[in-house]
Order: sequence, then structure tokens, then C-alpha cells
Amino acid sequence: MEMALTPVAKVTILGIPFSLFAVLIPLIGISSFCYIMARRLIPLAKAQPDPRFDRPKQRLKYVLKFWLGQYKQPRYLVAGVIHIVIFAGFLILSIRSISLVIIGFKPDFVFPGLGGFLGDIYNFLKDYAATFVLIACIVAGIRRGIFTPERYKVPPKYGKDHTFEALFVLGLIAVLMIFESLYSASIVAAQKQQGLHAEFLPPLTLGWAFAKMLGGTSKGLLQFINTTSYFIHDSVFFFFLCFLPFGKHFHVITSIFNVFFAKLDRGTVKPVKYGVSEEELDDLPYFGVKYLEDFTWKNILDFYTCVDCGRCADVCPANAAGRPLIPRFLTIKAREYIFDRFPVLGEIKPKEPLIGTIYEEDEIWSCTTCGACEEECPVLNEYINKIVDLRRGMVDEGLVPQTLQKALNALAKRGNPYGKMEKKRADWTKSLEDIKVKVVGKKAQAETLYFVDSATSYDERANEIARSVVKILHACGEDFGILGKAEKDSGHEVRRFGEEMLFLTLRDQNIDAILNSGCKRIVTADPHAYNALKKDYPGIPPVEHISEYILRKINEGKLKLRPIEDPNLVFTYHDPCYLGRHNLIYDAPRKVLDSIPGLKRVEMERHKDRSFCCGGGGLMLFYEPPEEEQRMGQIRVKMANEAGANVIIVCCPFCLTHLEDGVKTTGFEGKIQVMDLTELIVKQLIE
Amino acid sequence: MSREIFAYIEHHDGVLDDSALELINAAKKIDESANVVALVFGSGDNLNKACEEAAKTYNTVWKIDKPDLSYPNAELIRPMLVNILPKGSVCLVPHDTFGIDLAPGLSVKMDVPYIPDVVGIDKVEGDKIIAIRQEYSGQVHTHVETDMANGIVITIRPGSFEPDESKSASGEIVDKSADAGDVEAKRKFIEIKEAEAGEVDITQADILVSVGRGIGEQENIELAEELAEALGGVVSCSRPVVDAKWLDHSRQVGTSGKTVKPKVYIAVGISGAFQHVAGIKGNPFIVAINTNPKAPIFQVADVGVVEDCIEFLPVLTEKVKEMK
Amino acid sequence: MEILVCVKRVPDPAENEIEIKSDGSDIERDDLVYSVNEWDNYAVEEAIQIKDKVGGSVTVVTVGDEESDEVLRREMAMGADKGIHINDEALEETDGLGVAKALKAVVEKGNYDLILTGAQADDGAAQVGGMLAALLDLPYASLVNYIEIVDENTLKIGREIEGGNQEINEIKLPCVLSIQTGINEPRYVGIRGIRKVAGVEIPEMELSDLGLSEDEVAPRVKRLDYFIPEMGEGAEILEGDMEEIAEKLVELLKAKGGIK
Repeated sequence: MEMALTPVAKVTILGIPFSLFAVLIPLIGISSFCYIMARRLIPLAKAQPDPRFDRPKQRLKYVLKFWLGQYKQPRYLVAGVIHIVIFAGFLILSIRSISLVIIGFKPDFVFPGLGGFLGDIYNFLKDYAATFVLIACIVAGIRRGIFTPERYKVPPKYGKDHTFEALFVLGLIAVLMIFESLYSASIVAAQKQQGLHAEFLPPLTLGWAFAKMLGGTSKGLLQFINTTSYFIHDSVFFFFLCFLPFGKHFHVITSIFNVFFAKLDRGTVKPVKYGVSEEELDDLPYFGVKYLEDFTWKNILDFYTCVDCGRCADVCPANAAGRPLIPRFLTIKAREYIFDRFPVLGEIKPKEPLIGTIYEEDEIWSCTTCGACEEECPVLNEYINKIVDLRRGMVDEGLVPQTLQKALNALAKRGNPYGKMEKKRADWTKSLEDIKVKVVGKKAQAETLYFVDSATSYDERANEIARSVVKILHACGEDFGILGKAEKDSGHEVRRFGEEMLFLTLRDQNIDAILNSGCKRIVTADPHAYNALKKDYPGIPPVEHISEYILRKINEGKLKLRPIEDPNLVFTYHDPCYLGRHNLIYDAPRKVLDSIPGLKRVEMERHKDRSFCCGGGGLMLFYEPPEEEQRMGQIRVKMANEAGANVIIVCCPFCLTHLEDGVKTTGFEGKIQVMDLTELIVKQLIE
Repeated sequence: MSREIFAYIEHHDGVLDDSALELINAAKKIDESANVVALVFGSGDNLNKACEEAAKTYNTVWKIDKPDLSYPNAELIRPMLVNILPKGSVCLVPHDTFGIDLAPGLSVKMDVPYIPDVVGIDKVEGDKIIAIRQEYSGQVHTHVETDMANGIVITIRPGSFEPDESKSASGEIVDKSADAGDVEAKRKFIEIKEAEAGEVDITQADILVSVGRGIGEQENIELAEELAEALGGVVSCSRPVVDAKWLDHSRQVGTSGKTVKPKVYIAVGISGAFQHVAGIKGNPFIVAINTNPKAPIFQVADVGVVEDCIEFLPVLTEKVKEMK
Repeated sequence: MEILVCVKRVPDPAENEIEIKSDGSDIERDDLVYSVNEWDNYAVEEAIQIKDKVGGSVTVVTVGDEESDEVLRREMAMGADKGIHINDEALEETDGLGVAKALKAVVEKGNYDLILTGAQADDGAAQVGGMLAALLDLPYASLVNYIEIVDENTLKIGREIEGGNQEINEIKLPCVLSIQTGINEPRYVGIRGIRKVAGVEIPEMELSDLGLSEDEVAPRVKRLDYFIPEMGEGAEILEGDMEEIAEKLVELLKAKGGIK
């Protein structure tokens, strides 16, 4: 067949066949890449075990949804669309890139399967792909370089700005698109000039435009352009490949794995060490993460995969409140640390404690474990397990803030963080005039156990929730009881604040008490208790949250509700973190509210899985960060006001406390009220 | 036989501490007929002034003038006291940071019993004395008994006895410097470092005027400050006030703030939530000022005022200044 | 530096409501939780920090019943190297001087450069440290909130005095110091740490081991009873116009609150 231009494979320069370069470049490129990857694997090999090969079908679904489907990207629309274009483009062009490499020394190479008609379709697609990728790169470059969105900025204490790397890579991608297109365009231009059959370049694609521009160019120049374009594309391609593992573009390689190995169970916390049972815990030299190697290999993979997009930081309530925590930099600092300690070239440096070097104590204590970061991360990075492990390490060292020590000591001595006496745990029942609440145990049993937990039991304002729950259960004719003084704190935050042994003690005491009660099911109004009972407590009867119970009973006709009389009330529902994100209970409370006639409801901008944490539950009530500009509760109340609401409905004693405090200190006293769902139901209940 | 009761007089810059006028009443409670001798240690002009003041209340004043004592060093004063106090002395010292430093060791060196931090004297029968103390940060009172035949050292909690303001004595000042002797101590005073202005430690305050949300606005906190000043106390607060950034967190009383043990706690516009009240220890005299008569604070307060604090505070401050 | 810290097991002030038995003989102890006296804990943390700086060892000692063992273990979990438990029935009713004498015997069995106690404990007496120093004839400073090592014979210390001021002194070693809260931030001791020292040997000593007779530790100052002085139930709401209320209030503040 006659070729319009000499194929790259057949070109010689000063007697040296170009195909030699076409082989050498990939050879050097691939072997360098393999070496770099091997070096990058070392920290994973040294890290702790993490079982991630279970439930392969679900994992594959995740890959299809989050990796291939780019499911989370559109949550930030502009960046999301740009990325989807570049990602799709990369996928499509990957075949072309491979073909190009091989064409360099095997000029007749055709990618298997893409010989005939399929090949034409592919070529059609790839040309548009390259064009859109280039446009996306330009848009992204302008957006990044000139209009820099907030979340990309780097506060000075975290080092230099990252813009250069971002623009550099966009530049590299643009180069690849341009020169691949030039390579094709130069051939087509030559073919047209020589009257040969010209390969089809779809209109308005990059290649098509170049071909038009090269219409009058001499054959010699076209040949030069062709060979040089190939050479540039080949080198840049392999340079890019080797560049990926050095920065945030590592995700190009690792993201598919990161998504496959993602955390499947919401709201859970990893054990102290996988493979070590509870009985064997005493034998461990220490708990938690003190050094890099104490992280699991999946954590290290997370650090590699982080795309530096700042979405986690953008939604983090601790960051919004001005606490010293920015999730993005937890990851970026770790990655930079790994690259420094385990360089591709050079010696591995000795380990040092992470707290005090790359992390500060209060940075780690500031987290409320709300999960907004994990919900937002497009590559499914995890944060909560890392924070819990770092806290375990600090607890092991005794590095616990004094305010938390008080609460922990109280939990150890009295089974509740307030330090109040066990026998007063059920004092809230005393003011219930008509209803006698059964205290279950060995001597008295009940079908349903109402697990109250510490906050609702001991906080005077939250006592109202307990009394409301009792009235609701009573109205539904439920045979229920409480554990009374045998109930200990669920330990939900105790575990998430790193005091694992204390958590296990509390948990085991509660499990005993629960089993002794003979109950068949458990109901609770505290989302933290709900999450603990569901995820952290093995071998107990099924747990339901009061909102689900109420909805059920409304649907069964057991609860009849009066309409809202005041036409000026505008309600909004605040999703508690541990009901919403961690347990996917978004709809039940909303359906309950919507079943009340005349109830006007609006949604805050940040609702459902984007809900903004009220300030945290359990031990977080006792923690005082060294810096904070605003309380999270204050920020949330302002959000409710912006949505036009004057009643905030919550379904959690901690949200109730934080948001009421927020109302008091933002000048909305008397203008906005906060109510627990249970209180509203009781108010509107038709006896 | 009259007992000899000695009262350790504390003074600063020539002015007697309030405790100086209280000790004489404590002494009288122990023994009406006793001759109470004021012990005044110090040096130079300030010492002379203090002795003259003491002589207006005490019939006998023992002056011990030593250059090393321009600042009271318990390690020097203790051996001197051992030198000058006769056998069988009853020695009263205020239970403050100096008394705590001096008295326990003094009782050992004098080989006499020691009753610390006494808030009252129940009775004296012969050589037996029954005093009243508190334990568990003032949550309970106790009667304690001992035999003072050979003497005793007692520290008296400041404010638990009325001061004798009569100034009706014209006491004799006796110079006991020579008898005190020349002593050396292995502890040397260097200097005083003053607390940073604005850094108030509410945990050490005896009188707290504590504001809650009911104070309304940041500007109104000034009303509380005026009252605190008039009372000789300090302003503290509950959490919402800190959240609103009206006061620094170091002023917060409560489970996530400080634990305070004042003698008087005036809760202004505070609802009395458990988290706040839990920070108040030691069973102080609690006054609650709140427009809501149902506020939980009235359960823990001793005395309540159901008025708008913004209006009531200035009235109260005036009265305090008037009646002080 | 060889440091001895004297610790006491007391009812935890944060987590208890102190109530008196109906016969006034004692407080209700059934529902009480106990822990190490807060001041003593600060002292142990300070001792450990000094040891971390200059080497040596930290020994904790307590005078108490079998249960007192647990506070020694907790402080050892925190970082103290050794524990000594003085447990003798004759010491159960002793007074501050008796405790000081027992501690003196322990000090004389060792070779300590620095002896620390907490500034006060549950009975608020603040006496054992001062008595111990006098018995041992060692220099003493109370309410210490700052310690700096000048040289192997001298410490620079700060005492917390009225008004939040600090009195700076120099004191010679060996000496006895009573430690005020806030001198440092004590590290957390978790359940895990406590479990680790659960099996460690702690020698127990009786009076005979200390060379003391029962007579020597018989209490000279005896507590007769516990009682609550009379005070009204719940808040007495003051009536009248603001002037009247203010006047009544100031009277009450002077009478009941000690305001002058």
C-alpha cells in the first residue's frame, strides 16, 4: 500500500532507524515506571493488614458506579463536568495511545478488534475525545490559574501553592492531545495532497482543524511534523506515566483500585488491628497509629489517591468553624511525608511519631466524625478510621486534652461522661405523671427496650426527648422498658475518640443488661446510640430509630396527628450525621413530618447527605478546641434562617443542644425554635 | 490561769490584712479572758506601721524586725516562732497561702496538735477544744477535738470570724527581735511575679458574679463587672456567653469550663443547666437573679431574685457600695 | 533525681454527691467512686516530667487500706517506676501527723532528692507535706506551681499566692514540696495502661516494717462527727421592690457569704 508519508517506524535519522527510539522510549519509560511503582509499593508492604477482598460483586458495582460512572463528580458541577470529559477522554484515548506506541516500531499494528467497522467508530470517537479533552484542559487551566476556587487554595502553614503542578499537568495533557492530532493531521494532509485515500477526520475536531491548516504545507515539512509529533507524543506520554506517581495525578493509576477496595460499611470503625481478636489486644505493644507504618495499606493507598480537590475540606464542619483541621491536608501532609521518607531515589528515612511532626494533637481531636468528607470524596477516600487510629495512638501516649480526660474518667467511674450517679440515670421518669416506666432486667421483662443513653438521661433539656419517646411508645400500646441504672453509656464516642478498652468495657456491660432484659427489639432516639448498637454491638436484638418507629406507627394508624395551627411556622429538618450519612435514614423523618397536615417544610441547601454537622455528639460536647471562629451550631442555625425556616426539627439530643445554643448566641432567640421530632409528635398527638 | 494566745498578723506595705482583725475574735471564742498577743514579723518602716495598727486592736504586740523578712518567708519565721513562743502557747494563723506554708511544720516543731482551716469554735472545756472544720470542698462540716494542754497551732479560715473593728486598744509594742534569734533557711525568697493583667483565674476567686445568656448583650456584662468590683470578686460566665465570644473561655464555669469553689456565687441570667452548675463546688452561698422563676438555678440557689438583671444589677451594686 | 511522691485515694470530687449518714458518724460511702487525689496526680506528672528531663526514678507511696493499691497502680501506669503501700489497721483512724510519721519512715529507708505531696486532699487540711518536712528537717514550700532545676542542689520554684500572683523562691535539695493543681497538664491514663500494671508487685509495709509503734500514730486530733449546718431548702425568693430586695440581699451576702 502506498503511504503518504514515511511511517515513523521506517524513518531513519543519520542512519539510525527511528524505530530504535520507538522501542527505547517505551522500554525506558515502562521500566522506569515499574521501578517507581515498586518503590511506591514499599510503604504498602510495610503497612498493617486490611481485609478488602470480601464481597467482590459489591466492589465491582462500586467501580462501575464511582470510578467508571464518576458518580460523585457532578456534586461540584463545573469541576465535575470538566473532569468527566477528561476522564472519558482518557479512557477512550488509552487504546489509541497504546496503538501509537506500537506503531512506532510495528507500522502495520492495528489494535485487536479494531480492524474494520469498529475501528472506524473508534477513530470517530477518539478524535472528538481528544478535542473535548483539549477544550476541557483549557477551561480548567483558566479556571484554575485565573479564577482559583477557594477550595484549591493552600493556607501558608501547609506549604507552597499547588497551582503550578495542576497547570503543568493540564499542559502535558494538552500537549498529548495536540501532538496526537498533529500526527494524524499531518498524514491526512499528505494523503489529500497526494490524492490518496484520506483517513476520515470528523468535522470540528482538533485533527480536522490541523489537517485544514496543514493543507498547503510541503511534504517535507509534513514528514517532519509527523515524525516529530510522534516523538513528542511518545516521550511526553511516558514522561507523564512516570510523573503520575509523584503527585496528585497518581490517582490516574490508583483510583480504580482505591474504589474497588473502598469501605463498604458506613458508620463502622476498624478494629484496633485486623487479625487481632479482642482477647489478644492486651498483647499488642501499643494501640493506634503513632508511626506511618501503623496505618493500613489501604490508608496508604488513600494518601496516594487523593486528588487534592479540596471537596472534603469544603464540606468539613470543623474547617468551616475555624478549627485547626482541614481534612485535605491530613492527606496531603501524609503523602508528602511518605514521598519524603520513602523516596524513589535514595535511602528510606527512619520513622518518627506523626503527632508532633506532621500532625498536631488538636488537629486530630477537632473531628466530629460526621462523615461529610468521606461522602464527598470522588475517589472514596476514608478519613474516620484514620482519625480514630491516630486518637488511639494519642490515648496510648496519654496525650488527651484535660476536658476530655474529665469526661473519660467520669465514664470509667460512673458509666456516663457527666459524672452523675448511676442511680439517677432514670430520674427523668419521675415527672411523667400518668405513665410508669418499667425498668427491665432479670426481674422484669419487656418486648421492646428503649435504650436512652447518657445525654438523654442526664441532660435536663434532653430529658424531654426521653419523656416524649415514652409518651409515644405508650400511645402505641408498646410493651416497653428501660434499663435504668444498669444502662451504661453506649460508648459510641468513647470508641471513636480512641479509648478502645473503655469502650469494650461499656459495651460488654450493656450487652449483658440488654440480653437480661429479654427484649426482642430495641428502639432509641439517640442516633449515636443507634449507630453503636447497630454496628458496634454484636449479638443483640435488632435496633430501630424512633423516627422509623414513628413512621411505621403512623402508617399503621396507631398515631394520629393534629394539623399545625400556626400558619407562620416554616419547618426544616436537620439531618443528624449518625442518622443520615452513617445510616442512610433520610426519608423516614421527612415522611413523618409530611404526614402532619398543614406542616410547611423547606429544605436547607445542605441537606441529606450534605447535611452540616451540628457540633458533634458524645465526648465532643466536652472538647474545647484551642481555636474556633464560630460554633458549628451557629453556622447551621444561620443556614436554617437562610432557607426561610423558623422551626428546626432535629432527631438527636446533641443536635438539639448544639442548635439551641446556636439560636441563643446568634440573635435568633424568639425567632427560631428548635424541637426534637419526638417533641413535635407528642405536641400534635391526638390522644 | 489565763491562756496565752498568739495571733499571727499578716500585713502588706504596712497595712494589716483583713484576717488580722478576725483572729482576735477567734482567740476570744477560745478563751474570753486570754491575753492575745499579736505576732508581727517584718522589717523597717512597713513593720513599724503594721505594729502600730495592730496595737489598736491587740493589747500586746510582739515586733520581730529582721532585714531578711521584708517579704515573709515561712522557712525563716517558723524557727523564730519556735524560739519565742512559750510552752503551752495557742498559736492562731490565718489559713491562707502563708498559713498553709507555715503552720503544719510549726506544729511539729512545737510538738503540739494542729487543727487546720477552722471555720468555727464549738466549745472549749478545760484543755479540750472542739473546733468546726469542713471537708469535701465544703460539702460537709465536721467537729474535731483535741487536747491543747501543751499548746496548739490552729489556722483560721479568713472570713469565718467577725473582724474586731473597734480599734479600742492601745497595746504595748514589745521588740522580740533578739529573742527570735538569727536563723538560716534553705529557702530564699527571690521575687513576686504578678498575674498578667486580664488573666483572671476564676478558680481561685472567693466571690463570683457569673453571667449567662440572660445578660442579653455584651455591653451589659459591664453591669456585672461593676457589681463584682464592689464585692471584691470576679466575673465568670456560663457557656453561651463564651460561645457568643463575649467573654474568654477562661471565664467559663462548667463541665467544659472551669470548676470553681467560691464562697459566694451570684448567678445572673443563668438558667442553671447541669453542665454549668456542675462546675460550682464547695457549697457556696448562691444567689440567683433571673426573670424566669422556674429556672433550674433556683433549685440550687440559696436566695433568689426574680427581676430583670439589667435593671436589678445597678441597684444592687449601689447598695453594696452603700452598705459595705 | 530520685523522687518520692505521696498519693492518697479519695472519693472523687467530680463524680460524687457527698451525703452524711443519719448518725453523723461518717459520709455515705456505698455509692462513692474513688480515685487518686487530684493534687497528688499533678505531683506525679511533675515528677515524671522531671525524670524524663534529668533521669532517675519516681516512687509513689500511699498510706491506706487494701483498696488504696489501685491509685498506686494508676500512677505507675502513668509512668511512676515503683510503688510502696503502707497498710496497717492502726493507721486507719490516724491523723495528719500519724500519716506524716509513717511517710517519714519510708523516706528514711530510701535516698530521695525530692519529696512531693499534693497541696491538699479530701479533708482540705493541707498539712501532711509541711509536717513531713518538719519531721525530716528538710526545707519546705507549699502550693508550688512551677519547678525549675538550677543545679543538682538547688531548685527554683514558684508558689501560687493570693491574687493569682506567683512567689519565686530558691530552695535547696533535698526538700519537700506540696504541689498545686495547674502546674502541668497530667497525661491521660487509659484502661489499657492500668491493665498493663495490674500484675506488678507492690510491697506492703506495716508499722513494724516502719519501726513505729501504735502509740506513735495514735491520733491526737480526732474527728467527732459529720454534720450539715442549717440552711434553708431551695432558694428563698426575696420580696419587695428592687431597693428593698437589694438591701436584704446585701445583708445576706454579709451574713452568709462572708462579704465584708
